[in-house]
Amino acid sequence: MTKRKLTIAVTGLNAIDSPGPGVPVIRALKEATAFDARIIGLSYESLEPGIYMHDLVDKTYHIPYPSMGIETLFERIKYIHNQEKLDVIIPNFDAEMFSFIKLAPELKSMGIHTFMPTAEQFEERQKMNLPEFGKKHQITVPASEAVFAAGKIAEILKDFEFPVVVKGKFYDAKIAYNFEQVLSAFNSISAKWGVPIIFQEFIRGTEFNVTGLGDGKGNTVAAVPMRKQYITDKGKAWGGIAITDEKLLQLTKHFVKETKWRGGFELELMKDEKNDFYLMEINPRIPAWIYLAVGVGQNIPEALTLLALGEKVAPYTTYEHGKMFIRYSWDMIVDLKEFEKISTMGEL
Amino acid sequence: MTIKNDIAISDSGFVFAPGTGESFTVNPIGAEIIQMLKEEKSVQQISERMLEKYNTDATTVEKDVNDFISMLRHFSLIETND
Repeated sequence: MTKRKLTIAVTGLNAIDSPGPGVPVIRALKEATAFDARIIGLSYESLEPGIYMHDLVDKTYHIPYPSMGIETLFERIKYIHNQEKLDVIIPNFDAEMFSFIKLAPELKSMGIHTFMPTAEQFEERQKMNLPEFGKKHQITVPASEAVFAAGKIAEILKDFEFPVVVKGKFYDAKIAYNFEQVLSAFNSISAKWGVPIIFQEFIRGTEFNVTGLGDGKGNTVAAVPMRKQYITDKGKAWGGIAITDEKLLQLTKHFVKETKWRGGFELELMKDEKNDFYLMEINPRIPAWIYLAVGVGQNIPEALTLLALGEKVAPYTTYEHGKMFIRYSWDMIVDLKEFEKISTMGEL
Repeated sequence: MTIKNDIAISDSGFVFAPGTGESFTVNPIGAEIIQMLKEEKSVQQISERMLEKYNTDATTVEKDVNDFISMLRHFSLIETND
């Protein structure tokens, strides 16, 4: 039986020391059993490696940075849709989610489907709103506070004990052991990502992550917990193992049920010495280690695509534990002509 | 007191806890003790078996078995029923 063909646009084709989820999402889509995926890459920079992975990505188009405004992005998507007839878009960056969420109704009227959190869900899980989020949904979170100006640091630090975790709005986190280190982290992260900067209570323990998919009605369609085994200096898992911790799965189901989460997500958690879990962060998208979930039996990007198309998806209820992912980086040899084409024409 | 029932141990002494993702390596005697704990043998039964099998004395066996079990408890690999 021939599978139906879908054209799916995917962002996050980068692979620097904090790799984007795009390439593993595409790998999962290529392995889907419900459809054959033609992949359109959406890139921001000419050096995103996914652009040159022609066995995974059929064609790539540059799209404008979120700072260029929603209208500019919409115009570009209209152009790409005219060329490619997109069925689904899967955005994979925190920083672009807001624009895509806002554009979702227009995209839908053009026949482009998405499956993302609602604007309210996206907003309430923002790092600076985490304390209220924890209180509202009965989830233990570390104490944290948003800092908008360097002049306020000393005052806000009175509520914290060292070390303090200093976090950017979207990315970056540094552990600071004294006032000077807090100031330095505040300055370097705010220079890159703007304010607010979030100060968070440091929880000593072991890091766990869960990736999953909510159907928007309170049901968990997929959930795979992972323990980070090899962590880079950016805090990224370079190796991890699928685990079966029942408490983690219950917490994930509670999160999805309480928030009626719609779309893919990643929960970042810390388990302290008393075996209590703290929810450190909620990422409103599929994580870069998603292929582990596929490898243990839950193809989350495939299920997300089907939900985007309005189809019923039977929830995944099992997965294999004791399977690991070990990440590797790969040097591709690329003809300068290709780099020239994407740089000058914005498509390849 | 028993070893958690989801703990897997291979012939080579590789111990894997699927709940936490932690793994450990134990020597053949450690593997033997874990196997006996899985069979719900008591500390006394384990010590008696060790004493029969190895050329050692009761005090050393008791101390070593208890030390090993403390370590398993420290790594949350055993469940205490009391």
